[in-house]
Amino acid sequence: MKMMHRLAAMLLVIIMFASINTAQAADDGYAQSYTYNYDYWSDIRESPDAYRVADVIYVGELGLDTAMRRPQSLYIRNNDIYVCDTGNNRILQIRKEDQGYSLVRVIDAVQGCEPATFNTPNDVFVDVDNNLYIADTNNERIIMVDENLNFLKQFTKPTDETFDQSMKFLPYKLVADVSGRVFTLVTNVNKGIAKFESNTHFTGFVGANKAKYNLADYIWKTYFSTKEQREKQESFVPTEYANLYIDEESFIYATNIVFSEYDLLWDVAQPIRRLNGIGNDILIKNDRYPPIGDLYWVEGNEQYGPSKLVDITVLDNDIYVAVDRTRGRIFGYDSQGIMLWAFGTSGNNEGAFNSAISIDHMGKDLYVLDQNEGNITVFTTTEYGQLIYDASAAYLKGDYDGSAEYWEKVVEQNANYNLAFIGIGRSLMRQDKFEEAMEYFEMAHDRENYGRAFRLWRKIWVEENVVWMVIVLAVLLIVPIVRKQIKKRKMEVEMYERNQVAK
Amino acid sequence: MSATKLLNKSAKAAARKEKWRRYLSSLKYAKHTMFHPFDGFWDLTHEKRGSFGAATTYLFLFLLTHVLKLMYTNFQFITAPLQYINVFEQAASLLLPFLILCLANWAATTLFDGKGRFIDIYTAMCYALVPFVIIQLPLVFISNMISFDEAAFYTVLMSVSVVWSVMLAFVGLMQVHDYTPGKTFIFLIFTILGALIIIFLALVFFSLLSDAASFFVSMYRETAFRLN
Repeated sequence: MKMMHRLAAMLLVIIMFASINTAQAADDGYAQSYTYNYDYWSDIRESPDAYRVADVIYVGELGLDTAMRRPQSLYIRNNDIYVCDTGNNRILQIRKEDQGYSLVRVIDAVQGCEPATFNTPNDVFVDVDNNLYIADTNNERIIMVDENLNFLKQFTKPTDETFDQSMKFLPYKLVADVSGRVFTLVTNVNKGIAKFESNTHFTGFVGANKAKYNLADYIWKTYFSTKEQREKQESFVPTEYANLYIDEESFIYATNIVFSEYDLLWDVAQPIRRLNGIGNDILIKNDRYPPIGDLYWVEGNEQYGPSKLVDITVLDNDIYVAVDRTRGRIFGYDSQGIMLWAFGTSGNNEGAFNSAISIDHMGKDLYVLDQNEGNITVFTTTEYGQLIYDASAAYLKGDYDGSAEYWEKVVEQNANYNLAFIGIGRSLMRQDKFEEAMEYFEMAHDRENYGRAFRLWRKIWVEENVVWMVIVLAVLLIVPIVRKQIKKRKMEVEMYERNQVAK
Repeated sequence: MSATKLLNKSAKAAARKEKWRRYLSSLKYAKHTMFHPFDGFWDLTHEKRGSFGAATTYLFLFLLTHVLKLMYTNFQFITAPLQYINVFEQAASLLLPFLILCLANWAATTLFDGKGRFIDIYTAMCYALVPFVIIQLPLVFISNMISFDEAAFYTVLMSVSVVWSVMLAFVGLMQVHDYTPGKTFIFLIFTILGALIIIFLALVFFSLLSDAASFFVSMYRETAFRLN
C-alpha cells in the first residue's frame, strides 16, 4: 500500500514537472523551432534556433508616408542600411541607433547630372568612403555620387563591340571593389559580369556561365526540327546571374537561379560561386553535398523545386549566408562549404517571408528585405548561433582547444551537429586521446580524420601488445613443428619395435 | 523384436553418419571448384560430388555475408543507413534475383539442349558464390583493422571476390550444360532477358490477382449491402 502511495506521489510530481515544462515551452514564441540542418544521410534534423527575429523595420514607422513598393535591394555599410525602393524610384538610408532605427534621408535625386532622378533603381552599393553606386536601370546607367549626392561619374552602355549595340544597357545588380572597379549584371546579357574600370571604361566580361546542352537536345534541334520550330525553341545560351556580393578580399560571390533540378545532381548548376579575378569559381566545397540550399523538397508542395538563392552576403571568416526565394529560407555555410544552419519559412508572420529578395549583414545580424511585404526583418544570433561563430573563429585563428570548448557547448544544445563532433575530435587528437577522437569522428562520419586517429591508435596498440602477438605467433608456428617431430619419433619407435618382432 | 529394433537403430545411425560425412565432403569440395573450376564443376554435377545441402549452406552464407557486411564493416568503407535497413529485406533482395536467374537460365537452356537440370544449375551457382563468401566475410573483420588510407587493399580484395565468383558462375554454367564458352555467353544474355520476363509476368500476375480479389470483395460488399 505504502508502495502504491509512493508511486502515485512520484507520478504526480512527474506530471507536474511535465506540465510546467510544456507551459514554459508554449510561452516562448519559438515552441516549434524552424531552424534545421542536414545530417549525414541528408535527412533534416531540427536544431536550436541560430537566429531569432530582433525587429521588423516598416518604413511607415520611420515617418514615411509612402510604403516601399517592390524594393529590390539592400546594402549595409557600417550602421547604415541603404534600401533600393525600386517601385518608388528612391533609395532610403536607414540608420541603426542604440534604440531602434531612424530614417536618415530619402535619396530620390542627385546633383550635377541629367536626369537627376532615378528610373527603377535596382541596386545600390556604398564604398568605404560612403560614395554611392546606383544601378539606375531604366535610365540605362550606373551613377556614382559622393556622400552629399554630388555627381562623380557614370557608367553607360559600352561602345565596345563585345557588347551587342542593338540592346539596351540595363544594369540590375552591381558591386565595386576597393580600387573603384565596377562589376555589374546587365539584363539580357549572358556573357557574364560586365567589368568597368574606375575611369568608366568597359573592359569586358568575367565569369560567364557555361552554356549547357546535352547530345539528345542537340541532335533533335539540328536534324529533326524545322526552321520555324528551331526559332521558337530556346537556344543554348548561358544563363544570367541573379546577384553579386563582393567580400573583403575582393572576391565576387555570385548566385545563379536559372537551372534545372537535374543540374543540381552533379553540381553542374553551382548556384553559389566565388569568382576570382579571371572569373573562375573557387568556392570550397568540402561537404558531402555542395552548397545548394535545400537538398530535397516535398513532392506536390506549392513551393516545390530547388532553392533559388536570390542574394548572398559574406560575414567574417568567410561564412556566407544566402537567402532562398522558393521557400523563404536562409542558409549559412562556413568557409569549407559546410552548412551551419538553415532557417526560415514562407508566410506572413514575423520571421517568415512572403518573397525574400535581398540579404545583408551588420556584424553578425542579418537583414532580409521582403519585396512584397516591403519590410526588413532583422535577425540576431542566439547563444547557440553565437557559439557556432565563436567556435569557427577560434579554429581559424589556430586556437583548436578553445574552439573545441565552444563546440562542446554547441553539442550540449544540439547533439546532431557534425561540425562540432569533428571540432572536438580534432582537439582530442591533439591531446593524443585517439580512441576518444575516433568515437567523435565516427559520430560525424568523418572518414579522413577517423583514419588518421585510427592509424595513430593502432600504432600505439601494436607497440603495447607486440609481445603477446609475437608469443601467439611463435606458439602457432612451433606447436605444429613439435607435434610433427613427436609423431615422427613415435613412428620410428614403432617401426623399430615391428622390426624387432619380425626378427 | 528388440534386437531388430536395435539393429534398425544402429543402421539408421550409420545412415545418418554416412549422410553427414557426404555433406561434409561435399562442403569441402568447394575448394576444388574454386581452384580447378573446369574439372571441379564437371564433377560437381556429373559425378555427384556436390550436394543440395552444401549448396544451400553456401547460399545462406552468401546472404549472411551480405548482411554482416552492411552491419559490421567499418564506416570508413561502407556507410549503410542502418536506421533504414531491414536485414530480411536485404537478404531477400539478393536471394530472389539469384533464384529468378537460376530459373531463367534453366528455362532458356532446357530448350536448347542444356544438360543441366534445375537442381544442377542451382548447385553450381551456389558453389560459384564461395569466393565471395571466403573473401568478404574476413574482410568485414579486417575492415576494422585498417584505415581509410589503406582502402585500396580493401577495394581490390572486394573486386577480386566478385570477379572470381562471376568467372566461376560462367565456367559452372558451361560445364553443367556442356556448352561452349560462346554459347554460354549468349545464354547468359538470354538468362537476363528471361529473368526480366519472369519479373514482368510475376508483377502482372500479382496485380491482376489483387484486382480480382478486390473485385470479389467489392461484389460481396455490394451484395451484402443490397440484401440488408
